[in-house]
Amino acid sequence: MNHAKKASEFIANENRTNWHDKSLWLVRTKRDIAVNRVAEWEELRELASQIKAHTLSKLDDYLLQFEKNALKNGVQVHWAANGKEHNQIVLDILESVNAKKIVKSKSMLTEECGLNPFLEKHNFEVIDTDLGERIIQLRNEPPSHIVLPAIHLKKEEIGELFHEKLNTLKGNSNPDYLTAEARKHLREKFLNADVALTGVNFAVAETGQVVVCTNEGNADMGVHLADVQIHSMGIEKLIPQQKHLGVFTRLLARSATGQEITTYTSHFTSPKKDGQMHIILVDNGRSNMLNENNSTALKCIRCGACMNTCPVYRRSGGHSYGSLIPGPIGSILAPIKNENQHADLPFACTLCGSCTNVCPVKVDLDKQLYNLRQQITQNGNAPKLMNFAMKIAGRVLSSTFLYNFSGKFARIAVKYLPRFILYSKLNIWAQKRELPKVPEYSFKEWYKKNNTHE
Amino acid sequence: MKVGLFIPCYIDQFFPQAGIAAFELLKKLGCDVDYPTAQTCCGQPMANSGNEEDAKKTYKHYVRTFRDYDYIVAPSGSCTNHVRKHYDNIAQSPDVIHVRKNTLDFPEFLIDVLKIESLDAHFPYKVGLHQSCHGHRGLKLAKSSELVGEEYSKIRTLLNMVKGVELINLDRTDECCGFGGTFSVKEPEISIKMGIDRIDDHLRNKAEVITGGDMSCLMHMQGISLRRKDKLRYMHLVEILNHT
Ligand code: SF4
Repeated sequence: MNHAKKASEFIANENRTNWHDKSLWLVRTKRDIAVNRVAEWEELRELASQIKAHTLSKLDDYLLQFEKNALKNGVQVHWAANGKEHNQIVLDILESVNAKKIVKSKSMLTEECGLNPFLEKHNFEVIDTDLGERIIQLRNEPPSHIVLPAIHLKKEEIGELFHEKLNTLKGNSNPDYLTAEARKHLREKFLNADVALTGVNFAVAETGQVVVCTNEGNADMGVHLADVQIHSMGIEKLIPQQKHLGVFTRLLARSATGQEITTYTSHFTSPKKDGQMHIILVDNGRSNMLNENNSTALKCIRCGACMNTCPVYRRSGGHSYGSLIPGPIGSILAPIKNENQHADLPFACTLCGSCTNVCPVKVDLDKQLYNLRQQITQNGNAPKLMNFAMKIAGRVLSSTFLYNFSGKFARIAVKYLPRFILYSKLNIWAQKRELPKVPEYSFKEWYKKNNTHE
Repeated sequence: MKVGLFIPCYIDQFFPQAGIAAFELLKKLGCDVDYPTAQTCCGQPMANSGNEEDAKKTYKHYVRTFRDYDYIVAPSGSCTNHVRKHYDNIAQSPDVIHVRKNTLDFPEFLIDVLKIESLDAHFPYKVGLHQSCHGHRGLKLAKSSELVGEEYSKIRTLLNMVKGVELINLDRTDECCGFGGTFSVKEPEISIKMGIDRIDDHLRNKAEVITGGDMSCLMHMQGISLRRKDKLRYMHLVEILNHT
């Protein structure tokens, strides 16, 4: 099983695990402080959840309305059924304007579509301009978190990386210095870019606008400097009206980082004079999720709060999930898309429910994870050993006689088997934990003896 | 009012003292309590591992065993939560509906049904409360730290009725201990690390005893503590409430 193996590799370095856990717990704590300043927080969550559920129930209508209004604004609208189509659309646009250099600002969707390697293959220079994204791009690895993509790295490692790639001073890992150097490096990229591509946080059907939330202002910077702008969005990013936007911007930043609002909330409506604005609407498996079982995960606004609070994620690191989006929401999205490959993820969880409580749009994450366990098991994709062991348990525990027999047997075994057998490698429980001490009698035996009227 | 006591399988086999305390406590509070000996398990271990289908027989057995009681009380937030939230995949007969609705965890039964305001109990120790996630977030026995709203905690209310108990505060009030049923053996490294972090929070804040409403969490942490030789005792909530 993949997650367990990769998690044990990450956790082998206990210092790093502790530091990773504490960094993310700090984000969770900031989130708690911020949300407790909003008396109507729980009502806001409910409202957001309902707006999203409503939008998803009429997604086709809202998409058409959005397209109509965007076209009116002079925007060119494209539809992509999957990642491949999306990448081809981007390529066609780039070729039509003779572009060579592209700056991108944070877009998990383009990661999902594999846009960077595709464009690089076609000899384009693609630069991620979000600092965290740029760091992992320079390291040539996937993000480990959807909001804090380089959270798994220590500042010393970033100092090393920048020294090697951006020629910063050796041994200097002062965050201010590194950020300033990254800025310089990125500024040059911004100035020379032909096309700017951004992700989208929200798209308003009523106005045809797209809204991008960033802290670094890099979406603005990119779009303002390049003649051609492209916004790639998943079709679930839609909200009906402008007035609904405030509900989400109030929830998003508080949930993500504990800020009241992101530093920049950029609204893009129409192309610049003599410029072009393109919006690409991407399905890539989303419309398959519009059924009663899976649609709640489509409400997700990618705030990352469920990752920050997840006690497993904080200790296993984002890369242990082996899917682009890690943590609780990733453990739902990945197996829905590819059950075979990601069958272990819904089991990499204690069902503690903290994710469900922090989620600003009330995705019922723990329930979805529980349901996926059932589905995966029924489809025969669950880990075999556990499946078999549980089947036996199912039989044993449903019959009183067998239960008494096997429970007692376990108790006696724990008592009399030699320690070297009980604590052998096969007993995973006992590698770093003792088994419970064995009492003289079970509760049932005690009860029968002391309550003879039974 | 007839009360049926449900004792989870691991309490029955490994922690009978918690079962005895549960039974004695209900007697002390004047309940007409009975322990139907045909009982087995609530079915949660199978269902959480994805075998809800196989758990159906266990669900039906549970309902058959308890349908004649007004209330079914269990010293486990986790089992209670499972019966109430997850018995959806069997036909919802009047018996099933009755049993689901009236299966309660101890804090719920003592506070919401018996409405007790005092207890004849004494326990002069520094106690750390580990909230089991299923009781805490599932049954909402207390306001969880993620939500915004008024603070309340049924378990703390009960512990405050015990003379001598000094409840300590934890750095992380309601983090999971990492047991998670089969998670504990599927992901042993993460499970144990979560347990260690949870125990260390209690040690840092000078707990002498760790208590909670679910013996499974305590069994997991106790297993780690025994191996590490921590100076800590583990007791189920009902053992403290029944302690004189
Ligand atoms: S599922 Fe909820 S908490 Fe997790 S990233 Fe999405 S919106 Fe945020």
